[in-house]
Amino acid sequence: MGTPMRSSLIDPAAIPPPDLGGKVRNWRDFPYWLLGMAAIFGWIGYLIYTQSRYERPYEVIREGLSTTIYATAYAFAFALILGLIAALGRISRNVVARNIATFYIEFIRGVPMLVLIFTIAYAVVPPAADLLGFDNSSVTFFWRAVIALALIYGAYLAEVFRAGIESVPRGQVEAGRSLGMSHFQTLTRITIPQAIRTVTPAVGNDLIAMLKDTSLISVLGVREMTRRGNSYAAQSFEYRPTYVVLTMFYLALTLALSLLLSWYRRRLGVESRG
Amino acid sequence: MGSKAPLPAPGPEMVILEDLYKYFGKVKAVDGVSLRVKTGQVVVVVGPSGSGKSTVLRCINLLETPSAGNVWVDGMHVNAKTTDLNMVRKEVGMVFQSFNLFPHLTALKNVMLAQRLVRGRSKTEAKEIAFAQLMRVGIPEKADVYPRHLSGGQQQRVAIARSLAMNPRVMLFDEPTSALDPEVITEVLDVMLKLASEGMTMVVVTHEMGFARRAGNQLVMMDEGRIVEQGPPSELFDNAKEERTRAFFAKILSH
Repeated sequence: MGTPMRSSLIDPAAIPPPDLGGKVRNWRDFPYWLLGMAAIFGWIGYLIYTQSRYERPYEVIREGLSTTIYATAYAFAFALILGLIAALGRISRNVVARNIATFYIEFIRGVPMLVLIFTIAYAVVPPAADLLGFDNSSVTFFWRAVIALALIYGAYLAEVFRAGIESVPRGQVEAGRSLGMSHFQTLTRITIPQAIRTVTPAVGNDLIAMLKDTSLISVLGVREMTRRGNSYAAQSFEYRPTYVVLTMFYLALTLALSLLLSWYRRRLGVESRG
Repeated sequence: MGSKAPLPAPGPEMVILEDLYKYFGKVKAVDGVSLRVKTGQVVVVVGPSGSGKSTVLRCINLLETPSAGNVWVDGMHVNAKTTDLNMVRKEVGMVFQSFNLFPHLTALKNVMLAQRLVRGRSKTEAKEIAFAQLMRVGIPEKADVYPRHLSGGQQQRVAIARSLAMNPRVMLFDEPTSALDPEVITEVLDVMLKLASEGMTMVVVTHEMGFARRAGNQLVMMDEGRIVEQGPPSELFDNAKEERTRAFFAKILSH
């Protein structure tokens, strides 16, 4: 399951449960790597606090934090919806739906993400806006970027969802149908609730991957963290402090997300066991 | 495929199979089976694995579409193009070898779900009926437990309750005890015996000859997609006419 073409730096499945609050059963189980991370944050924090060479890029990049977070949140929300629709299309018995979904997924998977971001922003959104009767110049680059990320990740998530739906045993569908439930009722009340549990780790990976990939939309001039860092470095020539601080921002965000996700997954696991 | 099949005279039959064929690709799984199940009867289908008995059962509620032939359930022509399958299926309960309980729902919610969605019952009504059915199969105390915390026998009893809650006119059992530990088989068979004694129409695919002898009105022996022989269980056990039937019983009753 998943999308083999991308690898995430942080795989939540590979992170041991962060038992920071004591109860460490064995010295081998202690998350030493988290200490390492904490040390890096401490060191960079100290630099920011004491040196204005580090403080200035920190303040500049922080201005872009909300743009990064909003772009991730909007794009991921749309990607989840798109992905579900495309996954249902992929497994549909309707020839038209199945082929449209497959076309979409294969198209996205066949083009590099950076290229797609340009293509969607300049060649897909404007004619689509015209078609829908908008003035295409009124679609800001922030929204073009969100649409691009949503379209790209929608295709990735579609494959994750499809695999999740197909992982539900056939007997489950047969049990639902033999009770007289319709195809749709079986899908929404039996198959999808079970698929969600299977799919959560992979979807979490994609959320983290997307957060990192928002750095790519800097090429459209969207003033998120990377864009602001780049401009600051280019104009001040303070390359080293800028990229050290930028790295720290992304690491803090992805780390927080992956800890959140592993907590959520454990909660989900406990719940399903009653 | 049976477009001009005449409706059989309305009689005491709950299930009628007429010249049923089923191919999986080139493999002939069911090779011309005709069978009548009277209302209130228990028909037990036996035979070696691969003999097509499960496929025949699955054709009754159209989990498998027959390649040719006709299926009637309580006067409804099941495999006619115009028949609403969901209308038929809610009248036909099915119990599977692997239970197929919904793992994300508690026992009670397993029994409630289709009542609400298919029968359109209110939450309170569905809950009441679900509880009554769990009582009937003997495990009301497990109502709020998830399937993974139930033993195989308990899971299968919940599955039976789930079917019964739909008030089916006929129940199909597809090797209901084959996946169970020997010591819990009886608890499922007891429930089935009780159902039979209450007059439920049942078609049971099983290897449990004790059940066949005690509850079966009709025993059907299948091999290679065909019915070899049928008759009252005691008759078939003691003096089967066909050599194939005798050989089969000799093997499974010898130990």
